[in-house]
Amino acid sequence: MMQIRPILAALRRHRIATFLIALEIALACAVLCNACFLIANRIQAMRIVSGVDENSLAYLSLDGYGRDHVSDLNARIVAGISAMPGVKAAGVLNTMPFSSNSNINGITIDPARQRYNHEINTYVGDLASLRALNLHLVAGRMPTQDDSRPIINGFVPRDSLVLITRSLADAVWPGEDPLGKDFWCIDFHFRVIGVVDHLTVPDPESRSVASRDFSAFVPAIPGNDLGGTYVIQADPRELPHVFRDVMLAIPKIAPEVVVDHDGSGLVSDLRERYFRNDRAMVDILLGVIAALMLVTALGIVGLASFWVQQRRKQIGIRRAIGATRGDILRYFQTENFLIVTMGIVFGVLLAYVLNLILMKAYEVTHLPVAYLAASAIALWLLGQLAVLGPALRAAAVPPVVATRSV
Amino acid sequence: MFGYYLDLALRSLKHNKVLTGLMVLAIAVGIGASMTTLTVMHLLSGNPLPDKSDVLFYALLDPNPTGAPSHHQEPPDKLDYQSAIDLWSAHKADRQALVAESPVKLLAPDIKQPPSMGMLMSTTVDFFTMFDVPFQYGGPWTNDDDARRSRVVVISSDLNDKLYGGANSVGRTLRLRDADVRIVGVLKPWRPTPQFYDVAGGRFSQGQTADYYSKPEEAFTPFYTGLDVNDGHFQQFNCWDAPKVPGHLVGAGCEWIGLWVELDSTAKVASYRSFLANYAAQQKALGRIGYAGNTRLRDLMDWLEFNQVVPSDVRLQTWLALSFLVICLCNTVGLLLVKFLRRSGEIGIRRALGASRRQIFMQCLIEAGVIGVLGGAGGWLLTLLGLGLVRRQPVAYADLAHLDISMFGLTFLLAVLVSAVAGTLPALRASHIAPALQLKTL
Repeated sequence: MMQIRPILAALRRHRIATFLIALEIALACAVLCNACFLIANRIQAMRIVSGVDENSLAYLSLDGYGRDHVSDLNARIVAGISAMPGVKAAGVLNTMPFSSNSNINGITIDPARQRYNHEINTYVGDLASLRALNLHLVAGRMPTQDDSRPIINGFVPRDSLVLITRSLADAVWPGEDPLGKDFWCIDFHFRVIGVVDHLTVPDPESRSVASRDFSAFVPAIPGNDLGGTYVIQADPRELPHVFRDVMLAIPKIAPEVVVDHDGSGLVSDLRERYFRNDRAMVDILLGVIAALMLVTALGIVGLASFWVQQRRKQIGIRRAIGATRGDILRYFQTENFLIVTMGIVFGVLLAYVLNLILMKAYEVTHLPVAYLAASAIALWLLGQLAVLGPALRAAAVPPVVATRSV
Repeated sequence: MFGYYLDLALRSLKHNKVLTGLMVLAIAVGIGASMTTLTVMHLLSGNPLPDKSDVLFYALLDPNPTGAPSHHQEPPDKLDYQSAIDLWSAHKADRQALVAESPVKLLAPDIKQPPSMGMLMSTTVDFFTMFDVPFQYGGPWTNDDDARRSRVVVISSDLNDKLYGGANSVGRTLRLRDADVRIVGVLKPWRPTPQFYDVAGGRFSQGQTADYYSKPEEAFTPFYTGLDVNDGHFQQFNCWDAPKVPGHLVGAGCEWIGLWVELDSTAKVASYRSFLANYAAQQKALGRIGYAGNTRLRDLMDWLEFNQVVPSDVRLQTWLALSFLVICLCNTVGLLLVKFLRRSGEIGIRRALGASRRQIFMQCLIEAGVIGVLGGAGGWLLTLLGLGLVRRQPVAYADLAHLDISMFGLTFLLAVLVSAVAGTLPALRASHIAPALQLKTL
């Protein structure tokens, strides 16, 4: 083990430079921890399980049709699309994961409806759309044709038999069996007949993390009150060209409508579009981390080079009185280790402060210790790598330097 | 003397090109990142109507007929039909505008173009004077048009360009859904940032507020005209009762209309506040609303603040960039220190030959300043590059990302400031080098 005392004594003579590098490392540590944590959060958000069979689904959103002819439009579109080669199924569905059609409802389990407990998204569609979604049932049963009822006031049937997600069931009835339970939204009544493992809300990023799966599927007869938005199912390999054919056929099937191109697409594309900003943010964060590491490494190299040059004579003297090259190398490595450690100690505090600020402004949790440990190790390695060049140059100083220019 | 120091600085910088390059690059990258994000921040957090924002107010009350105040402790962000019409018809403000936005199908019958979807703003005539909306051709409709539900429309310059190639289209006919309306006015390019009069619901958006920076609507009609021609296509902010006919919100238990009022003096503001409170109390007494205590009258900037209009990602990027700049600054201070102290011998000789500490200090500072100016120039280029990248992002404010004069000036100010801060400490250290010690070791 190196003797630390002389190193500390030497550093004390370069307080400003030591302090600057330590400060830089502390700041880098704080930003690094939190940036990595934010990246992990974003990636987790992007990996959200939609619960639907994304690869075999496309969503079609139309606009510009008359409200009085919705039923007729639905019939023409569904029949027209279903008849196209490659289409397995087509149905009417009010929204789709990652589409912009979003319908948030407050629900209550209090029959008197005094207090609303939870906010959920309702998927309303016919049975064909439900079959196409291919939700994974974990309890209860799927609705049958008899369970589909006419929609009232453009919202849902007056009494609906619904599927809800497991996380919604756990939040509304913790520890209880949700099957057969009732809930209300205004004067609309819902009874749970089945539980599915996942069905994300259409716009998950606008919701808190815990409620991103708070959805219900309401089987309904669309009539004139629901339409213009359709789900199309096809074999995943054929889906892209099937959907292209559908888009080309729409003007013939329904010349009066305007296709909402932003709101329509393969569900995998809708997902890709939906998370585009998050991906950009991850790229920005990665860029910042890379730039940060580079700048910090360059700072260390610059300072270490200066110290090596400044101490050439002392190094020569030490070599002359018996220090090996390894001793000199280790001296600079240990010195760097000490400075980086100082920076990290301060940086960990700073990271927690930054995390607290982020917790206030954004929906992030406490910074896990693992991120601090990983950042510390990364910075130690970075420091050692950066100092290696100057330290090797120092080790190469010949003992004869000691005899020159005294 | 300045010229001589500058010459010395350039010589010294040329002496170690790698180190100089590193410092310039660090400052350039730090400034480029900071200025890109600060420019976006500056654009998004600015005042859309600097001359009038303190006389424009957004009025709210809690129209829910059930007793308790809303569990959000704030009234909903829009008004129901009855309250909006009552408050507007009272004409208690200098100017007042109802606003309700809805998607509409647009078609110019005399142009061979397929129909398209756009947004329709149903509003009242004061909208244009209150919000300083600039006209290219024609002008707003009249009070009479508001009352008579005239089939008239004002269109945006974008729509005019798209349908009529930018020509004067006043007097031509536009079809909104199935109704023909006559164009009375065409706007000049108008891009309020944010689109403040439509802002609502920010507190429920988890910071996803980029859409507040969308372009204004394509078409503007008198309020009742809009309600007539686009009936069935209005969207609620919130409902306490499901509307009987979807998209038809007149008389429904829904909040969906905004009310902006212009109040030119504090006395008028106070009297409007009490008018609003009295109206709510009266409606509660009539049994139409359940809770009268929740009235609000926020001015424009307060309303934007309340809705936290700047997207949380933009704020995060700004903080990231600024902390990165601080790290770059630390780095530059360290490297400059190294650079100056490495020349201790040279400085010692100059001191011995009679240069004062002050002169050494100035010389070093000028060297730091040169690095700052170079870094600033690099930072400016990187800022332009950064804003170019922002423009390619799929966000509603992408087209706004440009460097204006004030931010251009700030870039160089920041560069000089950064280099002055970075240079002072090393220059001070260098000027305190003891000449005797240095001369001895030569």
